[in-house]
Amino acid sequence: MKNTIKYMALVALGFVACEPEFENSVEDGDISYTSGEADFSNYVALGNSLTAGFADNALYIKGQENSYPNILASQFELVGGGEFTQPLMNDNLGGLLLAGNQIQNTRLILDVGASGQPAPTNIPGTPTTEITNTLSGPFNNMGVPGAKSFHLVAPGYGNVAGVAMGQANPYFVRFRSEENATVLGDALAQNPTFFSLWIGNNDVLSYAVSGGTGVNQIGNFDPSTYGSNDITDPNVFAQVFSSQVSALMQSASAGVVLNIPNVTDTPFFTTVPNNALVLDASQATSLTAYFNAVSQVFAGVLMSQGVPQEQAIALASQYAITFNEGPNRFIIDVPVTQANPLGFRQMTEDELIQLQVNQGALQNGYGSVVITPEVQQVLATLMQGGTPSPEEVNILFSAVSGLDDGDVLDSSEIAEIETATAAFNATIKNVAEANGLAFVDANALLNQVANGGFKSNDGTPFTNAFATGGAFSLDGIHLTPRGYALIAEQIIKAIEEKYNADIPDVNVGQYSEGPSLY
Amino acid sequence: MKKFSLVAILMFFAVASYAGGYRVSTQGQRALAMGHSGVAVVNSAELAFFNPAGLVYLEDKLNISAGVTGVISNVRWQNEMTGGFAETESSMGTPFYLYASYSISEKLALGLSVYTPYGSSVEWPTDWAGSHLINNIDLQAIYIQPLVSYKITDNLSVGGGPIFATGSVNFNRNLNRTLTDEQGVRSNVEVDASGVNAWGWSASAMFSPIDSLRIGVNYRSEIILKAEDGDATFNNVPDSPLAPVSNGRVAFNAELPMPAELTIGASYEFNKWLFAFDYNRTFWGVYESLDIDFVPDNIPDSFNPRNYKDSSTYRFGVQYAALDKLDLRLGYYFDESPVQSGYFAPETPRNDSHGYTGGFSYQISSKVAIDASFAYLRFAEVDESYDHYKENGQEVSFGGTYKSNAFLPGLGVTVKL
Repeated sequence: MKNTIKYMALVALGFVACEPEFENSVEDGDISYTSGEADFSNYVALGNSLTAGFADNALYIKGQENSYPNILASQFELVGGGEFTQPLMNDNLGGLLLAGNQIQNTRLILDVGASGQPAPTNIPGTPTTEITNTLSGPFNNMGVPGAKSFHLVAPGYGNVAGVAMGQANPYFVRFRSEENATVLGDALAQNPTFFSLWIGNNDVLSYAVSGGTGVNQIGNFDPSTYGSNDITDPNVFAQVFSSQVSALMQSASAGVVLNIPNVTDTPFFTTVPNNALVLDASQATSLTAYFNAVSQVFAGVLMSQGVPQEQAIALASQYAITFNEGPNRFIIDVPVTQANPLGFRQMTEDELIQLQVNQGALQNGYGSVVITPEVQQVLATLMQGGTPSPEEVNILFSAVSGLDDGDVLDSSEIAEIETATAAFNATIKNVAEANGLAFVDANALLNQVANGGFKSNDGTPFTNAFATGGAFSLDGIHLTPRGYALIAEQIIKAIEEKYNADIPDVNVGQYSEGPSLY
Repeated sequence: MKKFSLVAILMFFAVASYAGGYRVSTQGQRALAMGHSGVAVVNSAELAFFNPAGLVYLEDKLNISAGVTGVISNVRWQNEMTGGFAETESSMGTPFYLYASYSISEKLALGLSVYTPYGSSVEWPTDWAGSHLINNIDLQAIYIQPLVSYKITDNLSVGGGPIFATGSVNFNRNLNRTLTDEQGVRSNVEVDASGVNAWGWSASAMFSPIDSLRIGVNYRSEIILKAEDGDATFNNVPDSPLAPVSNGRVAFNAELPMPAELTIGASYEFNKWLFAFDYNRTFWGVYESLDIDFVPDNIPDSFNPRNYKDSSTYRFGVQYAALDKLDLRLGYYFDESPVQSGYFAPETPRNDSHGYTGGFSYQISSKVAIDASFAYLRFAEVDESYDHYKENGQEVSFGGTYKSNAFLPGLGVTVKL
């Protein structure tokens, strides 16, 4: 009997210790994930803000933790990936200090202000990241917010002395190896076995975000003469991009490059519609009457200057803009030309307005006409058949309040951006093919997100709706953690195809889709 | 030698007694050792649970059975696509029972039973991949039942009585897959209700066409535990007027069904051997959805479809009187899961299982016997998912491969006066 109990006790203990085991356990490494022909032991990421994990118009620790290179590195862990380091910011506020003075704002959060309407607001607080406190690297994530293609090979791009003049980048100042170091040089010094390169966005984006106030530098092969809002010459881009890849391929056996999305697919340009001038019937009638008056008065002015009547009426007729009840396109300012002597017109269908346009001003006539009592008086004079004095003509004409060039992308600016983007993307694809690299068509991906939406492998939906679409953070340009996870998923897919690898999928839905509430 | 080999066989077969959903079949060590079969076995006061009609056949004036079982269950989850994995904390549930019957006359016996037929204790690692469905749950229901057993003829009796049920539940899950507070701690809700009371009943009959053969039937009614004004506590929600809820405690209402169960079975005695078979039908179909109604109107209610189906369990047991004072038992059962494909929620990760059981009773005096049982439950590895979690109006699936087992050592005592 005693023995029986003893046996039973032993068996009982055996069962307690016996935990359920999978036939093929992930934890025990029974699943055959493989890096294929790639070697992830030393992965270095190069790029701009998108690579750094920039979001909500700032770089901050949580955003960096959710950068696509960091997400990739955690997936690489199961296929021989090594440690992955990032030049983490000092806080979760974002923003930068230079010698104690704030030079970059804190990140945006969604908050309800006095109006009661949710709106992006800078999180309260003072940044604590002092750029002169240089971190000791090297760092696997070499993403530098604001960097253009040619900046990666620009010596002194991390020299604090150049920051004030815009010749150096405060983010690179934080972690460059030495004052004259280049981003590429610091990356190469790590002898990466695998790299990602996503560069060129800012070569068109800064022009777009400025509302096209910069210059298209096509034909100018000297980037040191470029202004910060200019479009890079495609040959300059091709030259620096291919030389960067060649340099990285010295040590790396594999890599991935991503092309450049259309900036016009981002909520920064798609959130405020160009026909957001919503009028009731009487407003439409009075605006139409106003522009009719402008047209007639302007014809009179032309004739008084000796322009034949027929020609004067033809030229002035462009200002007799008709407005209808409901949505109407805004008026924009354009350069004064012979064909458009008053320098304004109504927007055309494809033209875009920036996210940051002053909404309060739009409510008060910005984008159409600011009708003051003086203007009304002039209009009354005209109604009575009176002839306006030159002063009154001036009052009448200057009531037009077209959107500024910096707030819109007009059709010619959009065309320049599209041409440059297409040229850069042709280079990226060619270089990827020539070097046997994995390639992600980020342009097609975000185009799909913007037009009909996209679902990640796990069924998570993405659109480009501002703040609610899941893809874009509160600045309307950079991605949410979930958006970066989608990029990581697509990169893994491309790597698997190119290098016969089998890498665990990114659990995209587990990443936050924002918007940040705190 | 013969004795030893029998023990060895018992050990070998020692597997399984537990049941689908949150039913925990540990209502008597003697029955449990025989695959938890006993609707037609007249043996001890365990009849108070298995078939109160049989109490009147017990030979002694006063019969008491009491026991406790340690339920040690483990669940593992993994997802080969993402490389994610997790396993539950090895927690131990302790279902217990206490039965007494008193013979008033040859035709009438009265009884009282206290038992815990439903319960669940699952603890996943906090913030694991399925934490939007569950972090942990602790569910318990205690049934208290006065009984009467009446012999109509020498070979036919009936029994039954009202059931007073009292339950408690504590459950925690994260609000969704991503929301955190300012410190990065995931936003979560804990619902807690105790002292939730309800009434039900059971009725049974036993018939012996010949001396060695008994046939039994037992029906226990459904009891729906309705928690009213329970405590729901939202934690780690960001402090923003735009957050979906605010931190703090609100009242909630919810109901959880303890389904009805019908058992039909037979036992046959042959020399020193007793063979038993039970068939259970558990009416799980009543468990359609776990809906949590948060009392404040501005907090969205939580709807969690379960869509369980009625399920069957087949139980086989054998008892061998090895020595005057020693009875050996073993059993097997097959337990069909009430969970349907696509509704596999990690709070009750149960697929079909095989139960292997064994045990013995040893008479330490003329009045007192020790009852020991052990059960091992084996669940096949299963690829399953829960597809009805909703985020922004969109159903989001959570799944992977699950593998569970459970080990249930139990000890009890039988007193006959």
